[in-house]
Order: sequence, then structure tokens, then C-alpha cells
Amino acid sequence: MAHDHDHDHEHSELSPTQLRVRALETILTEKGYVDPAALDILIETYEKKVGPRNGARVVAKAWSDPEYRNWLLKDANPAVAAVGYAGRQGEHLVVLENTPARHNMVVCTLCSCYPWPVLGLPPVWYKSAPYRSRAVVDPRGVLRDFGVELPADTEIRVWDSTSEVRYLVLPMRPAGTDGWSEEQLAELVTRDSMIGTGLPKQPGGAA
Amino acid sequence: MTDGVHDMGGARGFGKVVPELNEPPFHAAWERRAFALTVAMARPGGWNVDMSRAARESLPPQDYLAKSYYEIWLAGLEKLMAERGLVAADEIEAGHALHPPQPVRGTLTPGDVAQTLYRGTPTAREPTGPARFAVGDRVRARAVSVPTHTRLPRYVRGHAGVVELVHGCHVFPDSSALGAGENPQWLYAVRFSGRELWGTDADPTAQVSVDAWESYLEPA
Repeated sequence: MAHDHDHDHEHSELSPTQLRVRALETILTEKGYVDPAALDILIETYEKKVGPRNGARVVAKAWSDPEYRNWLLKDANPAVAAVGYAGRQGEHLVVLENTPARHNMVVCTLCSCYPWPVLGLPPVWYKSAPYRSRAVVDPRGVLRDFGVELPADTEIRVWDSTSEVRYLVLPMRPAGTDGWSEEQLAELVTRDSMIGTGLPKQPGGAA
Repeated sequence: MTDGVHDMGGARGFGKVVPELNEPPFHAAWERRAFALTVAMARPGGWNVDMSRAARESLPPQDYLAKSYYEIWLAGLEKLMAERGLVAADEIEAGHALHPPQPVRGTLTPGDVAQTLYRGTPTAREPTGPARFAVGDRVRARAVSVPTHTRLPRYVRGHAGVVELVHGCHVFPDSSALGAGENPQWLYAVRFSGRELWGTDADPTAQVSVDAWESYLEPA
């Protein structure tokens, strides 16, 4: 980023937005509407605990265990909860399986709907006008922005998250990973591969 | 509403998608606080997710396009609080509470956070009647322009598709955003071909689905 606004100690450097957020937190705390300690926990949760490593564990388990994979595709919420993840912005999960014939890609054209319990908070590009506008009309062009080129005859299936249903992509397991542990496999699972704008890493390091 | 600037699917001219390598969850200290304030204020504020979305998407279009994501959240939060008399403009100006608090239904306490997040806010409801459509049915998205909150994007309006998934009955956002009750309806994933939506020059391998409540659809 061009700017780092994290120098709160210098009051004179605060932007109007920083001042406004500070004013709001002061007012809301004084009125007893919010507890700053609860805000700290919310922030810590989404900065440190809930992120795409959660989804990667789910994907690695599905790659390793055919029964788990079937459960995940059929009834995602209990299957994901069995690995320990549930809740806000993931109350109604559907998992979409990529195959050689079909590649799934998820967008929210109207706002920023995203499966928080398994992927954390969405990246800036996911919430940006370029992605929201183009994913539905030019999905192959968007994939090229991510350096992904798929075979010309692969169906590109775009899911616009317009309800409280949240979609998670189950990418294809990379070749050459026979006998790998779930922990090893999880290292190959990228955030973007679970949104559908990327592919898993290949064994040996290539993306 | 349909046709607002937030209804971006298919809009042209926004350029390339620019991913950021090793992106952090927040890019500034104020974003952390704006995020947490917004999440924490839903309980005392008494609004639901549909009301929050409606507040954000009804910002003046020039503001919506110019603001960053968390600036939009902040503007939406201020709007929801102002409508309910929770915070007054002179208080924001002063940087302190100047008026007595409104009675609220509760505060998010540190001990509540984990359980509140884990529980979430499910929107599925018991069906009140049979589903009108089944997987494989051909349906058409109604050709309507809605002035109040809705979740039917304009790019599918009037187009025909196929029901791919039946998600069950869910709270109806058009009603919930107005405070007019949950009025749950059957919800479907409806798949459209790229050519149906974008014309004969479109990528023949592209298929796009939206989640559509039953009243958004008619038989095709």
C-alpha cells in the first residue's frame, strides 16, 4: 500500500476518516453501546484465527478421504463443522467441486458476500468494482488477470452470491501428491483456489 | 434496489483485477476499528444484514464509487445510527457523547464474541408451503426495476435459466430490509448461459448462476 496510516500517536497526521472512526468509537463507548474489549477480540479473531488456512484444512481432508468429500459436497455445514469451523457469514455453505470438465468461480456482484469461517475476510480485489463487474461477463479474462489459463473446452461456472448461501470451491487435487498427508496437502491449497480465481500450488513449488 | 451503482455485474470500464500479494486482513488501524464497530453495533442497533446492505447501497452513487470498502461500511453504519437517533451529528463533530444514550437491547461483551460469531445468523426457515420450482425447471427472472432493497441483479432481468439447486426457504431480503418482516420464500440457484445473458458473441463455455427467491422468478 502507498500509505500506512498506523501512526495514531501523531494526532496531527490523522486523516478525516481516522478522526471520525476515533470519534465514533469514543461516543459509542461513552454511551455504553460498545465495549472496546469486545472490538479487540473481533479484530483479533479475523486477523489471527479465521482465515484461508481453515478452508485449506477442509479441502485437504476432502482430497484425502472420499467419504468426507462426499459428505462435504452433499451437506457442507456439518462436514465443515466437523473440522471445527462454523458461524457468521458461513451459515449456509455449499461446496462446488472442480473437475477437468468444469471450473467453478465465486463472486458477489452486489456487495462482498464471502464464506468467512473458511476463508476469513475477503481480499480487496474480491470487493472491488473490476472483479464484481467482470467476473460474470468475462470470467476467462478475469482468470487471465490472475495468470490462470484453462483449456478452451472447460466449462466456466460462475456463482454470484446473491443470498446468504456461501460458496466454497473444492479445487482439483494436484497430480504427484500420492501418499501426502493432509498437512502436506493443505500447504498446496491457496485462498484463490477456493474462490476459483486460482489453482492449487503444484508439488515442487510451481503455482 | 436494482440498477444502483452497487449492482455491478456486467458493467464495463472498471479495468483489470489487481490482486495484492500476501494481502493483510486490514490495511490501516482505522479499518480494524470500523470493521469491529460495524459488527458490534448490530446488536444494540437492532438492524439486520439486509438493512445494513440497504444502507450501504443507497449512498449517493458518486460516494459509493469513490469510497474504499471500509469507508462504505462506515458511512452505512453512520446512516443506520442516525436514522435511529443513536448518534447525532453534533456528537461526531465534538468527538464525545453530548446526549443521553437510547435504550438498546444489549451490548456485545468480550465474553459473547466467540459464541456470537460461531452461532452466526442463519436465514433458513421452515417452509410454509411447497416449492413452486424443482431442479431442472426453466424459469425467467422477472423484468422489474425495484426501487427498494432487492437481491436480483439487473444483468439477469428478463432472462431465462434453469433451476440448479433448491436451497430451502430463506428470509426474504426485500421485506426484511424494510423492517416489514422475514416473509421467508423458497430460494433457488438459477443457472443462465453466458450467451443468454450477454449475446451470441459471449464465451460459449460460460455459465452464470444467481441465488433467486421464488418471487423473483416466473415459469419460462
